[in-house]
Amino acid sequence: MTIRSPRRAALALVAGGGVVALALAGCSAGGGGDEGADESVTLTLLADNSESTLLPTQALVDAFMADNPDITIEVETRPQGAEGDNVVKTRLSTGEMTDIFQYNSGSLLMALNPDSTVLNIADEDFVGNLSDTFISAVSTDNGVYGVPMGTAMGGGVLYNIGIYEELGLEVPTTWDEFIANSEAATEAGYTGVIQSYADTWTSQLFVLGDFFNVLSADPDWATEYTAGNRKYVDDPALAGFSHLQEVYDAGILNRDFASATYDDGVRMVATGEGAHYPMLTFAIPPMVENYPESAEGVGFFAMPGDGAANGLTAWTPSGLYGSSTTEHPEAVKRFFEFVASPAACDAQTDAVGAAGPYLVEGCTIPDDVPRAVADMLPYFETEGGSLPALEFLSPIKGPALEQITVEVGSGIRSAEDGAALYDDDVVKQAQQLGLEGWGPTDLPWSH
Amino acid sequence: MSITPSATALAEAEDLADGDAPGLRRRTRRRKLGGNMSKQYPMWFYIPAAVLFLVLFLVPTIASFYFSLTRWSLFDIQFIGFANYVQFFKEPALVQGFTNTFIFGFVTSALKVVLGLLVALVLTGRIIGRTFLRAVIFFPVLVSTIGVGITFKVLMDPFDGVINETLALIGIQGPAWLTDPTLALYSVALVDVWRGVGLATLIFIAGIVGIPQEYFEAAKVDGASAWNSFWHIMLPLLRPATVTVIILSLIGGLRSFDLIWAMTRGGPGFSSDVIASVIFKQYQAGFFGLSSAGNVILFLVVTAIIVPIFWALNRKQVEQ
Repeated sequence: MTIRSPRRAALALVAGGGVVALALAGCSAGGGGDEGADESVTLTLLADNSESTLLPTQALVDAFMADNPDITIEVETRPQGAEGDNVVKTRLSTGEMTDIFQYNSGSLLMALNPDSTVLNIADEDFVGNLSDTFISAVSTDNGVYGVPMGTAMGGGVLYNIGIYEELGLEVPTTWDEFIANSEAATEAGYTGVIQSYADTWTSQLFVLGDFFNVLSADPDWATEYTAGNRKYVDDPALAGFSHLQEVYDAGILNRDFASATYDDGVRMVATGEGAHYPMLTFAIPPMVENYPESAEGVGFFAMPGDGAANGLTAWTPSGLYGSSTTEHPEAVKRFFEFVASPAACDAQTDAVGAAGPYLVEGCTIPDDVPRAVADMLPYFETEGGSLPALEFLSPIKGPALEQITVEVGSGIRSAEDGAALYDDDVVKQAQQLGLEGWGPTDLPWSH
Repeated sequence: MSITPSATALAEAEDLADGDAPGLRRRTRRRKLGGNMSKQYPMWFYIPAAVLFLVLFLVPTIASFYFSLTRWSLFDIQFIGFANYVQFFKEPALVQGFTNTFIFGFVTSALKVVLGLLVALVLTGRIIGRTFLRAVIFFPVLVSTIGVGITFKVLMDPFDGVINETLALIGIQGPAWLTDPTLALYSVALVDVWRGVGLATLIFIAGIVGIPQEYFEAAKVDGASAWNSFWHIMLPLLRPATVTVIILSLIGGLRSFDLIWAMTRGGPGFSSDVIASVIFKQYQAGFFGLSSAGNVILFLVVTAIIVPIFWALNRKQVEQ
């Protein structure tokens, strides 16, 4: 081990240097985009192991390789969630990252310190094809780092149309209407609101999906939050936690809310066991795949709030990034150029269907999208119909939110206590990021 | 570093062989150590072990002390003194984590002693298929902890789990084993006992078999009841076995993590978090300095518990 690995690294260095030199030579000679065309290159790509990531990733890779026989891309997988975050961080910091990797945009990307670890593509022409929303979610002051994979998403509520028609319910635009509909469904023998706390991340939707309503009430909330001047214990942000407590107190949850999984939740709303399932819209394509009747049987609406404003909290898709240590930056950029083109959107649509609008210029989505996707599109098409989720406006997200929302949503902790606990939790993240105004970057004994 | 302990152990072994009280021979031992040892083992003999110890144990230990004083994101590092320790003690799950760790350690340890002894009594008696049953009780010890955790997570499902469905057959509404915040930790503790009681039983069986039959025969002649010979003969003579079981299961319980993580991930909420899972979550969140500080604290806490127990036991041995 100790003898072999340096030698291997040295070999890699020599080989890498050679390829870079070749690529440079190609540049100076041809000066065009087809440098190294007779030199075949193998790239590696690291993606998370969920079906909703792997299928479109493979579709992109296959479509690209069909047109570019000189470049081979091998897809590797990593775990999802916090474990996957650590795989990415460790590999980046040790210089062992694959040439290309898939990762979230927004605050999670900022925690990777992209200025020093990710390949800057700010000067490439294809960046002009990307929507401004996406560019701002993958940029720092010093560069642009990613191209989008998949479509924009919304956080809101999937609802069962069959139950709505049977009970004569209207799509709610305020929180009170939503509760009234849920209670009506419960009285009719259905589950009013489905929750699935065995997969803890699903418990965050009432809080994260409420952000449109927070921003509508206080347009500066995100900036002030980053500066440490807004807290979740105060209105309007407290509403998300209060709503979570309210659905528990009202007794409208499925009886197995504590042990149900995400898959259970999707099944219940798709088959009509329950009326509402708060979820991100990326759940739609796999749901339609597993329960074909849900293509027409399940609709979607934005998270209703306490105020008059009604609109969608939007998530930009995850991105594909090049590592700054890649030995083949030109090949990586050629792949990215393809990803930022309508042909790439079509390849993804063919593989998994479209879950929302693409963030690449010229991309279209087919007319026969599932009902829930069709319900979401108008929010994006109307002026002011959607606003970005907090994680795209502020780098701060506390790691314990999903445990806290499980507690509030299971009646273990009150909404106020939960919000206060979360405010404490984000302090750690803010300090880790070295943000101004969040306390002890100086030594504790000095004050 | 590595010279002294081995030399002391050697000298102690000599003491035991000579049958002298350790104190009496301390002087001669010291002199012997200086003279003989260095001749028997030249310096190069120690170097391989010393290098391994240095690289694999000493350097990481010192490094983790250093990292615990920094804010470290893997990409850049900033020295912040003891701020991580201050932060770690402010961690909301920490107090509960400590309490849960002790509850878990003591509950599992106590149950393993009681159940292990009872099962050992049965399995040393004259029953059919004794060897087979001994193998059966030991079997869970051999199974992977994560496998056990995932299996029991399915069995303990409040609605579709085999346990509650069986209880429903006899008209009992089973509890939400792993999702009731007041029950989750104890449910995991029960599974840990199921998994670990085989080892306790094995140690007790060895202890019971080692007790000479003459004692029981003599007691019988004197007219002692079965209870009397258990209470006054077997239990006192099983003391070394009992101490071993207590120490092993207490240490195992205090540092338990894998089973809890596989079954509840510390949930629901924070209700079954133990120190180790609190630390692990900080690591998962990317707070590497903070989790290093947590590990240093865990190290100090475990030392503070184990050293006195070790010291007390060693003294007892000397007295005996």
